[in-house]
Amino acid sequence: MKKLISDYLNKDSSPYPLSIYRIGFGILVMITILRFWYNGWIDSLYIVPDFHFSYYGFSWVKPMGIYTYLIFYICFFSALFVMLGYKYKYAIVTLFLSFTYIELMDKTTYLNHYYLVSSISFLMIFLPCNSYFSIDSKSNNKIPKWTIDSLKLLIVLVYLYAGLAKINSDWLINAQPLKIWLKTKYSIPLIGESLLQKEFSYYLFSWGGMLYDISIPFLLLFKRTRVFAFIMVIIFHILTRILFPPIGMFPYIMIFSCIIFFNSSFHKKIIEFFKSFSKEKNNILEDYKSIKGLNKNKISLFFISGFFIFQILVPLRSAFYTGELFWNEQGYRFSWRVMLIEKTGYTTFKIVDKSNGKFIKVNNRDYLTMFQEKQMSFQPDMILEYAHYLGDIYKNKGFKDVSVYAESYVTLNGRPSQQFVDPKIDLYKQKRSFKHIKWIIPFTDEIKSLL
Amino acid sequence: MKFNKFFFLNFFILCIILSCSDSDDSNSSSSDNYDRQALLSNIVNNIIIPAHNNFKNELDLFKSNVEVFDNNRDITNLQQLQNQFIEAYKAWQHIEMFNIGYAEEIFYASKMNIYPANISRISDNINAANIDLDSNSNQYSAQGFPAIDYLLFGLAEDNQSILNIYLSSGQDNLTMNYLNILSDKMVENTDLVIDYWQSNKESFINSSGNSSTSSLNMLSNDFVYYFEKGLRANKIGIPAGVWSGELPQNVEAYYKGNISKLLAIEGLQASYNFFNGIHFGSNQIDGEGLYDYLAYLDDTNYSDSTMFIGLEDDIVSSFENSMQKLLLLNDNFVIQIQADNIKMLEAYDAIQQAVVRLKTNMLSILGISVDYYDADGD
Repeated sequence: MKKLISDYLNKDSSPYPLSIYRIGFGILVMITILRFWYNGWIDSLYIVPDFHFSYYGFSWVKPMGIYTYLIFYICFFSALFVMLGYKYKYAIVTLFLSFTYIELMDKTTYLNHYYLVSSISFLMIFLPCNSYFSIDSKSNNKIPKWTIDSLKLLIVLVYLYAGLAKINSDWLINAQPLKIWLKTKYSIPLIGESLLQKEFSYYLFSWGGMLYDISIPFLLLFKRTRVFAFIMVIIFHILTRILFPPIGMFPYIMIFSCIIFFNSSFHKKIIEFFKSFSKEKNNILEDYKSIKGLNKNKISLFFISGFFIFQILVPLRSAFYTGELFWNEQGYRFSWRVMLIEKTGYTTFKIVDKSNGKFIKVNNRDYLTMFQEKQMSFQPDMILEYAHYLGDIYKNKGFKDVSVYAESYVTLNGRPSQQFVDPKIDLYKQKRSFKHIKWIIPFTDEIKSLL
Repeated sequence: MKFNKFFFLNFFILCIILSCSDSDDSNSSSSDNYDRQALLSNIVNNIIIPAHNNFKNELDLFKSNVEVFDNNRDITNLQQLQNQFIEAYKAWQHIEMFNIGYAEEIFYASKMNIYPANISRISDNINAANIDLDSNSNQYSAQGFPAIDYLLFGLAEDNQSILNIYLSSGQDNLTMNYLNILSDKMVENTDLVIDYWQSNKESFINSSGNSSTSSLNMLSNDFVYYFEKGLRANKIGIPAGVWSGELPQNVEAYYKGNISKLLAIEGLQASYNFFNGIHFGSNQIDGEGLYDYLAYLDDTNYSDSTMFIGLEDDIVSSFENSMQKLLLLNDNFVIQIQADNIKMLEAYDAIQQAVVRLKTNMLSILGISVDYYDADGD
């Protein structure tokens, strides 16, 4: 066993796949940042709001007023440096830190693919992506095979967990939430008024999506099915882009990431293709040597194994919580649960001064943006954080014995709305923690699911 | 090499073509599926435009009554003016929710019906030479129905004393002058809003896409906003003290007093009719409305959904329940609040149940955003 591992770690590969990955990833992050900037989201999501929803333990990560632009600036240039392979180590660490900082600033904007970008950039810190076709690299080096495999493993995990999460009764038996979503996509050319109005298509898309997610990692891993799998990847993700425009950069990141599964001769061809535009023709060298000590670099291997233990266990943490996962959302994020729920809530707060019975109902829009209000209205941790924020405000306004109560209704995947927060519970007395939430009224229906 | 170039070229072209075909407002004629254009056409042609025309008739009549009163200030003409004010105010309840297009641009609803009226500002305006009723938002509560309510019913204890105020200093009477200015302004704004609907109705009906600026999206959002804010909060919740202590002085038509229930019922009826697609007017023809569209969308087949009536019927019954609670109230909400506020709060709770259904179930299933925020989602 030990020998097997040792042999595996000593295996080398040509550096082309990592070079291509580095360049493409850098470009995609740059586009992500530019798109964010261009759409005015830096202002509307991070500078306009007075209040930001933070992750437990990361409440110190906040936007910094007008200097928030600086973080995006840093992130953009670190992505540029990563692409160029210039001062790669510093660039990729900066990219990871700045992008993750952006992500942590406000929970409202949580997206699985932002988390994916953070995860990939963390992993890339320990990969020698600059060993070829970069400004850093003076010579051509072999790289350990496991460095390429680790990227593949991450993509495999993303697809697998996304697929396993789709094995639940709402998705497969009721074709929800796709039924709700696709039915109103009537203005999509060709299929909007026809296919998307047919009952069978919701099942087709639901089952197809689940089978796609579960099988695609294996189809990509095997050489014989790889080209077919990649064509499927393109079709699938472009389709999601058409059906769900707000999905943003996600399809492009996934399509691009799957290129890593092709063998190094394919990547070599890509590099040759790009080099065919330049005058230098002789850059592809066949005799490269190994980077000394990288194959069994203890620090890299330590962090990477830790990273994958984290990636494997974190999506499973929902098993430790009782109650319906889609309802309580404990363990929902960071688990590659993508597009699983159509949840809409309506939540308002009443602040009571117990010392004199005085009370006030809050207009959420006085404190939150429309987007924040929408997200807060059905996510328990955000409701609690906001309730504490409101309680603090009224404490400062002179309320002596502050209590905060929520009137909250939520609909999940087309079910009739149900009261969400126990209206008798003083949220101001509830502590933020990873323990089971007791102040959410249990979901009355049952959703059976694998994970 | 050839293969690769070809491959990448194709790949990028595919990406570009497909990603450019984002959904936008298409003028698609409908097929065997739900006909959204029929829904929009019914709402525009049989509800919005007739309701606006009806309001304009009542408002023009009110305006001519103001002129009659101006020329001949006696008790009879004052009473006639007061009665016509009530008719116009009732008609207004049927159009307040359509805060769309030009109406939204000029803050029409705010200029017509923000209450309580700002009395000190009204007094200032009466004595001021030039006032800007259009662009200063502080002036919204000094014009429209609430201000006229004050001018016709609130200046003094009884009609004779009110009349005396209009009789002082003859033709140069400043209060009469202000009443003229306000009624002119209302007519002017209303005419422009009606012009907008007349000239834009075709494009409005044809914009049947599902983007955030499509007609159905705007109508649904405005309807929900009106129902939550204009009806639930302004007419019932705020005066009944749901937000913080009781504020009886905040009831609609406070100075007239005994029509607050009438106006609330009219507003709820207008909401009910809009939701169901019932034509404006006495014939009550039931056309295509959100009800019918929801019935098309709502075929969720959960195993235990037999215990629920359909979403659309659930909303209708919450409207009906709200109406029952409203009917129990005193004609004058001020009296109701002071005598038995519990009944007001019960009416509020009933309307709140309808708000919950509209804001969660309806908006969720309509697949439209609550409003025009813009960001990624997954």
